[in-house]
This record gives sequence, structure tokens and C-alpha cells, in this order.
Amino acid sequence: MKPAPFKYVRADSVEEALSVLAKFGDDVRVVAGGQSLGAMLNMRIVTPTIVLDINRIIGLSKIESGADIVTGAMVRQADALSNSAIRRHVGLLAQALPHVGHYQTRNRGTLGGSVAHADPSAEIPLVLATLGGEIELRSARRVRRVAAKQFFRSALVTIRGGDELVTALHWPRASSDLDAAFFEFAVREGDFAIVAVACAFERGARRMRLGFGGCGEVPHVVEVSAPSGTNANWVEEIARELSKQLDFRSDLLASANYRRSLATVLARKAMIASIEKARAYA
Amino acid sequence: MAASERWVGKSLERFEDAALLTGRARFMDDLEPAAGLCHAAILRSQHGSADIRSIDIAAALALPGVFGVLTPDDVAAMSNPIGNMVSRKLHYYPCAVGRARYFGEPIAVVVAESRYVAEDAVDLIEVVYDPKPAVVTIEDALAPSSTRLHDDFGSNVVHERTFRYGDPEGEFAKAAKVVSCRVDYPRVNSTPIETYGVIADFDAGNGRYTVWSNFQGPYAMHPLVCDALRVRGHQLRLISSPSSGGSFGIKHGVYPYIVLIGLAARKVGRPVKWIEDRIEHLAASSAATGRATHIDGAFDENGRLLALRLKQTENVGAYLRPPDPASLYRMHSTLSGPYRVRHIAVENKVVVTNQVPSGLNRGFGGPQFYYPLERMMDLAAKEIGIDPIELRLRNVVQTFPYETPAGSVLESGDYRRCIELALERAGYKELVAQRESARKEGRMFGIGMALAVETSASNMAYVDLALTQAQRAKQLPKSGAAGRARVIMDPLGAIIVHVDSLPNGQGHRTVVAQIVADEVGVNPEDVEVITDLDTFGGAWSITSGNYSNRFSTVVVSAVAVAARMAARKLRATAAKAFGVEPGMVQLLNGTASAPGAGNESVPIRRLAMQLHWDAGDLPEGVDGSISELAEFSPDTMTVPDEHDRMRSSLTYSFQCDLTGVEVNAETGRVHVHRYVSAHDAGTLLNPAVVEGQLRGGFAHGFGAAMLERVTYAADGTLLSGTFQDYLCPTAPELPDLDIAHYATPSPNTIQGAKGLGDGCSMIAPVTMANAIADATGLRDLTPPFLPGRLWQLLHGGAPDLTLTRPKAVPHDETGRELSGALRGRGAVAIEVAPQRVWDALLDPTQLRAIIPGCENIEQTSPDTFRARIRVSIAGIGALYEVQIRIFDREEPERLKLAARGESKLGFGRGEALVTLEEADLGVTQLTYEYGADVGGRVATFGQRMLDGVVKVVLADFFDRLRAHVRGEKPGGTVLQRVRRFFAVLQAFWGGS
Repeated sequence: MKPAPFKYVRADSVEEALSVLAKFGDDVRVVAGGQSLGAMLNMRIVTPTIVLDINRIIGLSKIESGADIVTGAMVRQADALSNSAIRRHVGLLAQALPHVGHYQTRNRGTLGGSVAHADPSAEIPLVLATLGGEIELRSARRVRRVAAKQFFRSALVTIRGGDELVTALHWPRASSDLDAAFFEFAVREGDFAIVAVACAFERGARRMRLGFGGCGEVPHVVEVSAPSGTNANWVEEIARELSKQLDFRSDLLASANYRRSLATVLARKAMIASIEKARAYA
Repeated sequence: MAASERWVGKSLERFEDAALLTGRARFMDDLEPAAGLCHAAILRSQHGSADIRSIDIAAALALPGVFGVLTPDDVAAMSNPIGNMVSRKLHYYPCAVGRARYFGEPIAVVVAESRYVAEDAVDLIEVVYDPKPAVVTIEDALAPSSTRLHDDFGSNVVHERTFRYGDPEGEFAKAAKVVSCRVDYPRVNSTPIETYGVIADFDAGNGRYTVWSNFQGPYAMHPLVCDALRVRGHQLRLISSPSSGGSFGIKHGVYPYIVLIGLAARKVGRPVKWIEDRIEHLAASSAATGRATHIDGAFDENGRLLALRLKQTENVGAYLRPPDPASLYRMHSTLSGPYRVRHIAVENKVVVTNQVPSGLNRGFGGPQFYYPLERMMDLAAKEIGIDPIELRLRNVVQTFPYETPAGSVLESGDYRRCIELALERAGYKELVAQRESARKEGRMFGIGMALAVETSASNMAYVDLALTQAQRAKQLPKSGAAGRARVIMDPLGAIIVHVDSLPNGQGHRTVVAQIVADEVGVNPEDVEVITDLDTFGGAWSITSGNYSNRFSTVVVSAVAVAARMAARKLRATAAKAFGVEPGMVQLLNGTASAPGAGNESVPIRRLAMQLHWDAGDLPEGVDGSISELAEFSPDTMTVPDEHDRMRSSLTYSFQCDLTGVEVNAETGRVHVHRYVSAHDAGTLLNPAVVEGQLRGGFAHGFGAAMLERVTYAADGTLLSGTFQDYLCPTAPELPDLDIAHYATPSPNTIQGAKGLGDGCSMIAPVTMANAIADATGLRDLTPPFLPGRLWQLLHGGAPDLTLTRPKAVPHDETGRELSGALRGRGAVAIEVAPQRVWDALLDPTQLRAIIPGCENIEQTSPDTFRARIRVSIAGIGALYEVQIRIFDREEPERLKLAARGESKLGFGRGEALVTLEEADLGVTQLTYEYGADVGGRVATFGQRMLDGVVKVVLADFFDRLRAHVRGEKPGGTVLQRVRRFFAVLQAFWGGS
């Protein structure tokens, strides 16, 4: 388990990183936390010509509180978890982060890295998609922001061009009337989720956004209107209805039917939890 | 000495721990014992079953930094196959010679200046495989039409024997109730934290191999390895590593790699180090055998177990290699388990399959035996209408010593008392009440119990049970269970003890120090224990090593004997000095004195020194300084008799596990409310060490019960190739284990200790199964009880959906229903007439432009193409050699194609049906349906992603086809490509 030879480049600035990407594009793999890439390199599943290390770039680790909460791509998952702006204004992410890997991996893993890697079971992409967040992509030529919905193409495949770097994530600032809940089911603590459900419920508008992870190649987000006086039957009906819409596949750990059952269970839990939080305000 | 003053029995903190916990212990990878050490990397088969047509090492040899490559031809020329006890026609070399028989099987060894360079060179070796249908399950192996793994042997059934004790037919005939149970017990790995390591050096001058390794023994393998390497015993110097990071049996299986790396060192003329990485370990170290068992129990109307009928079929993987078929025979003489049953019929078979060869793994043959036995007992309880605990209490052995029908003697115990202890400790009545109320609320709560007799200090004669009496008569008999120790007191009075055990973290040095301290009257800190073994040192025998609980039984007994010999000399010396009889001398706290005969005392150290320095004045009966060698070799460990009866072990522990669990019907998750394990392991030498052993054994057993399984696809690709798919329990997964002890000392060992540690590994799976069955009403349950599998069983589905064998796919199939584990369909609308699309699909020049990453494509016949295609998804790519065959064509409406591709990352095969319909004027609706299988490295690592990857590869192809026939350049801007790409993805999103 030793990687194939590669050239190691450590960028000191975003400009330097972008010029490497402009020149070498698809032959480059960017290393942020290294929690996904390290194993892939060692197993020779990927054999890039260049490994571009962006860990030393100052300015990519900021968390800024404005109209949105903007997290630099290199913000460590552990730092995000303990950050007060995130806890207060992106509560869904704060609830999801304890499920991301393990304590130790969160010290190194980054928010941007998780999003750029786009594992279909990953929690951070799911939360970003559920909240309708955006990804900032920079290249030597331009900057652009892409909605999460557009960004995730398929398992491990995103819209990011070979010459682009994920530099920041924009998280919609939760209004005071947003109640959120996150649930996932994994075989062991810290494992990839078999199914994950994120729920963001706007009390006033009675609008609920549900994101399903591990059900299909990319996060699947739907919006439902919750009638006033929602009850357990309504929740159950919606949960089942939504699960029917999803694309499940069978693998060693879980059959398609099992995934569907889990999606229903978790959707129910997430919806009830959100509604209950909302009721607590009433 | 009063019991409270004895060191044995105290939880003395382990001497080993300080170094282990501060990174100062030295393991195989820390060693650089030879100058000019080079590094080896192994090219391994990606196919579970394939003939090897050719191997080209030219490019690998040319890579700078590479010193040489050992090929299968070299191995066949330089060594003998490793012998087994069944047949010379079952050739087992440490690498694939002519044919690869399991995923990960070694093929060639590259030796280079670093592991990095060696792995680069491995990637440059070109192997041409000819894949064959794989034999993966026991059922496959038994099928008369299955591929023969070993042409010379002619059958996949490599061993068969039957046994009969008492009158089983008679008992079954008159039984009031016969209860049957069928189990297909899966395979597991022991996953030690440190993997295999071998450093080999060959001295061409004297023809001698020197090898350092974390091989754990038994050293019966030494002569076997010598024979393979074609050297005499003194020409293989085997040196143990200073520390070994866990073994649990699995480091017995490092011996073929000793041969392989030894040969590599010899070929290249340099010392070679090989450290196995985790991927190699999970694929190609060893795994416990799998076993299909059909067990029948005959009961009378009171639930008395009268007779047992066992049909056991053992899966030993691709080769029958030592120690197997021992796994089937270690428990043989205790096939009655803890029960009083006197009549037993046994039919044993051993099969080979395209899986990793088997070896010692925790419990060795125990888990595979106890699972069906204890499931059957629970099923019997249900069918007869007796409480399962009561059924066991009625049937367990009650008077000791007890001779089993197959000849073992359970020397001591109180099984009933131990069971009661488990019940008390578990709060059984509360568990029953909990179950009651849970059931009233519609929740699934269950209680399960299992019992085991743990055999310790195996009599090596048990291996010969595989042979009939007639066959045994023709061979050199094997028997015995011996331990060996030497106690030395050096010229400075320091105590040094050599033992022939090879610990892997069990704290042997501490325990030995405790024993010697008691016998010789010193403190444990004064005793230096050496567990290093060097075959040049001479203080070893073929039983040396660490296995089958021999340490706490025969090894420590030998230590006591040697220590007593040392003490005798000390007393004689002191007696002479004090002028008293030796019997009056007390050795305590480092001092010799004669209480009641004056106040004289002398430090023990001084007495020892005296024997060195004042050798001219030795006391009566003392022949020299203290260097006492003792071998503890009980004479009851004899060969089987003509009725296949024998004493299989020296001692027998007993264990009772009990658990209360709740099963969540919606998620299949099992929550353990309570887990108790009650043990009778005789004298506990060091309770803290005992506790560590038991908790570790439980972790293994619980892992096997709930998470772990060595899993293969139908084509022999290993699916559990990393820790992402071979799931070991981590701390949050382990329930609290409550341990209780009830000790009945063994009269067969000096301290009265029996063995322990493998008990939970053996019965945690069936304890959990019994509780889950009680909770859910499910009858047929095999581990691991992953939530997904349990859910499937609860909802009427097959627990291993994706492992169901696809329809047989011979190498050149003709059109039938599409087969493959990955399936899908799609459609794309193309704005040209069907004929134009058809032409593009069959024209190599056009295909070259259309297929993404196509470096070359040629038509080799009217219906076949050969291509070289670089397939890359998300940066994961490799160059594939692809063969494509077109058939069932109906121009221009439909065709079928079959393709197979091979690369360094893996291989794939697939079939597709493509139909072209003129949907509208000048518009073709192209629909496709496919079935595919992906195997090899990429399938081992990327199981979860494969479905999506196949979809994306096909989507990309059809997108490019569309662009091409419309006259657009395939490619375009990134945005255009992505948009089209997405459009095609959308088109088949609703696919199966």
C-alpha cells in the first residue's frame, strides 16, 4: 500500500494553487484533510501526476458570518463543529457533523474536501444540498458560485472543472423560525451512512425541505408543504411517499427494500423532531 | 506459603506494558538485522480462478532500484510443494504455479530498494489470465460439474471420513424426538493489529537460510518448511521477533511466506524484508474454515439427549495446507460438547474452493462446531416444550472426571453450578420479566444461552484422527502435549527463565515471573523472562509456540518443574550452610532461612552465586550451578486407539454465556441489554491478564456474531478487501461484558490452571443467535447479524441478496437472458436515422473517436473487436484491454454485444442488448439494457460505487455516440459536455 510516484506541490496561496490547476488540470489531485485521498493514493486507485497540498494556504480556513455563513474550503470539520456561528445559524450542519467519520478524522477532514469528494453517503454534501447552499469555485480565469443541486453530478463526480478549486461553501443563514433535524443509520458509529435524512422546517411558511443521502448517486432534496396541525399520520404518509420516489440499489450491506425502509424510518424521525422543535416555540 | 502471600493468583501489573504503550516495543518492521536489506512487494492474482497464460517481468526488471523478481517458475524449480497429510497430488506452493486459485494469491515477488519502488515494479508486470468459472461455496465445490481446482487430484472433495461411537442408529430409531439443524457457518479473519512479517537471508556459502518472523508456532512447521526449501533442519535458522502485535492463531499461517521470501532472498542474493500490508492480510493470510453442518439430535420424552448425528463439510479454501484438516478434528473427541450423550455418528468431508486457504484463527474449529450444536439444543427445547436452560441443565455432565464417547477425559468441573452463576449474574429473573413486558408492547426481546467446553493443550495426535487406523499404522505416530522451560541463576544471582512460548501480547513474561517467584521465593521483578526463540539455540521442540492455550497449562507447568529444581538446589545449599535438613529451609522474599532452627538467613542471590563461584564445594546431590531444564509432557497424551478414541487435550474449561437482547423490527438493529460470561478455567494465574484475554475473546466473538465475514462474489472476487467492508467491532459496538468465575482446578497441571480466552470467540455468535431467535421467532440464522441481513430475514427476504449467483456465464455465451450483478437500462434520442447509428456502432474507425479514452481499436473478425481503452471516473482510471463480440444482429434494429475487459485495477464483463427504433422521421430512439460484473481490485475497494460507475461509463459512451453521428465533436466545452452528460443521465435515471 504505497502510492505510485507523484510530484508533491504545496501551494502557499490560492493563486499558486490555481496556476498549477490551470496548467495540469485533470492530472492533479488536491489534498486537503487527506482522509479520503490518502487511502485512495495508497491503494493506487488514483495515480495523479501531481498532489497539490492546499493546507498551508492562509485565508481558506475562515468562517464568516454575513448574509450567508461562508466557510473556507479548508475549515476542519472539528472546528466547524465547535464554531458558535455554525451552531447558531447552520444548526443542521452542527447536528450532522458528529456523524461525520470519527473524532480523530474530524480533526483533519475539511468541509470543502468532503464536498469536493462527493461521496453519495456523505453528510456534509447532504446538508449543503438540503439547505440550498452554494459552492464557490475558482480557477485562474474566473470565480463562480454553483448551487449544490447543480454541483453534484453522480457518485464522486461533480461539476468542478479540472482547473477549478473549491474555495468556499455558502450556507444559507437559518432564519429564527427554522427548525432542523438530522438522522442517519450506519452499521457502526462513524461508518458511511446507509441512509441519512436531513430536515429543515420553516415554521412560518410551513415549508419542509427533506434531503436524503445514500439513496441514489447524489443528495436528493424535496420540498413539502406541511398543513397546520400536522400529525403522526401525515408524517408517516409523506415519509412513505417520498421513499417511494427514491432510487435505491442493493449491495452487500443493504438491499434496496431495506434502504427504503430505513429512509422511511429516518424521514419520519427527522420530520417529527423538526415539528416538535417548532412546537416548542409555539 | 499462605495463599495470600503467593504471587500466582494476583493481578500483578504486566511488565510488558510500559514498552508496548510507549512505542518502545520492537516488532518485525523495526528490525534491520542484516546489512543491505531490500524490500519485497508481491504481485497477487486479481482473479479468484484463472489459468496463468504468461508472465512478463521485463519492464519490472528494467525499473531502476529493482534487484530481481521471483517468478512461479523459480518457485517450482527451487522448492518442493508444501506437504499435507492427505495426498501428494494436492500441490501447494506459496505462489500460484500455472493457475491462480484465490483472489490475492501470490504470483511473483519483486525485490527492490524500497517498498515504493517494489510496488511500482509490481504494476509493470504483465500477466495474461484465462479466467475460469469459480467454485466459491461449499455447494459449488460438491457439485459434480464444478471446475476442479486441482486437476491431478480430480475432485474438490479432498477428504472424507466417518466415525461411529456407541449405537447412534439404535438410539435414533427409538428416540421420542429428532431435531435437525442446518448451518452454513461463515469464515472470519483474526485481524491482528500487526500483520505478517518475514525477513530472510540466504547464505550461498553454507546453504543456510536465516529468517526472522512473527511466526507463532507450532514449530512442527519448521521441518515442513525445511522440506519445502530443500534444506536440512540446521540450514533453516528461524528467529522470533522481539514482540508480536497480536496473532490469535493467524500467525501460524505465515509459514508459506517464510518459504516464498526465503526463495526471493536466495534468487536475488540479498537479504529481503517483507511486511504484509492490511490489504494483503485481508485477502491472503488465512481465515478460519467455513463449515456446512447438518446436525441431528435424538431426544427422549424427558429431553435427554441420547444421540448426535453430525455431517460436517469443511471449506479450507483453495489448498489443503497444514494444519488442516485439523480444524475439523480439534474438537472431535469432545463432539459431545458439555453433554452426557454417549452415541455419536460423524460424517466429515473437506472441500477446496476458490477462497483464501484456511488456518488457525481464534477457537480453531470451535465456533463452527458449537454454533450448530447450541442452535440445535434451542430448537429442541422449543420442539419438545422444555425451557432451553432447563434442557441444558438436564443434559450437562455432572460427575467428574468424565470420559466422553470419543475418548477425552473432562477432568474437573461443576457445569451446573457455572450455569447457575451465569443466571445469577445476569439477573435472569429480571430479564424474563423484561421479555414479558416487551412482548406485551409488541417489541422483540429475547434471551439466549450457549455452553462450551474449551479444550486446552491439544494432544497433537488429534491431527491423525483424519486418518483411519489402517492409515495411521503405516506412519510414524504423533502424540503429546509438551511444554518446556529452563530456569537459570547466573553468576550474579539473577534469575533468567526461557520458555518455549511465543506470546503475542498475552503477558506471558509476567505470569512466568509470578510462578518462578512463588517457587523460588523471590519477587517477580527479580525474574527476567525470555520468550525469544531461535532454532539455533536448541531449546525448542516441534510443539514450541503459542496456540491452543498451551501456555497456561503445559508451559507454566514446565516452568514450575524447572523452578522447583532450582529451589531444590538453593535449599540444599542453604541447608549445608545452616547445618539443617533441606526440608527445614524456607525461601521467601529473596531470602533463605531456617525458621525454628536459628536466626540465620542468607540472600537467595548469594546462594545461587555460590554454586558458580564455589563450585568446588557443592552440597550433596547438587551437580552444578542452576540451569534447570524441564519438559512437562503428560503421558496421558497418547495416540488414538483402534476405535478412534483419544484424549484430545490435557485440560478442559467450561463456559456459559447468557444474553438478553432487543431487536428493532424497522432497522434490524440488535441492542444488547445484558451479556454475561461465566467461566471455569481452573486456577487463575493472573486475574487481570485473564480479564484482558476474556474481553479480547469476546470482541472477536461479538465481531463474528454481528459484523465480520470473509465474503466473496460468485466469480471469486474478494468483497471484504478493506476494513471498509470487513467490519470489525470498535469500542462503541461492544456491549458491556460481565464476567463471572467459578474455578475447579485441573488435576492435570501443576498450578491447576486450564486454558481460556477462546471461549467467547467460540460461543458469542451462537449465544447471540439464540437470543435473536428467541426475540424474533426466526429459525434459520447464520451470522453476521448485520442490521441489513436481519431485516431481510424479518421481512421474508434472502439475507445475502447480492451474493446470489448470477446465471452461469460460460466464456463464450450466446444470447440468452442478460446476467450480471450490476444491471440497468437506458435510452437516448439521436437525431439521425437508425442506419447511421448502426453503422457507427460497428465501424472501428468511428468507434475509436466515440469511445472515451479509446487508444486503439481493431476489428479482429466480422463479429469481434479488440480495444485498448482508458476508463477514468473521478480520476480513478486504468488502461483496459477489452474484447468485444457482437451477436444476434438484426440490422439495423437490434444487436447484442458481450464484452470483457482487464486492467491493473480490475476486470469486468458485461452483456448488452441495444435496440434502435425510428421514433420519428430522422430520429432514432436507442434503448439499451445491460448486465455486468466487475471484479478485481476496484471491486474489492469500490463496491459501493460500482453501480454508478457503470452507469456513468455507459452514459458517457452514448452521449459521445450521439454527438458523433450528429457531426458534433465529441467533447466540446466542459459545460456542453456536462449538460449533455446530465441529459443522458436523466434519461436513464429511472432505470432498474
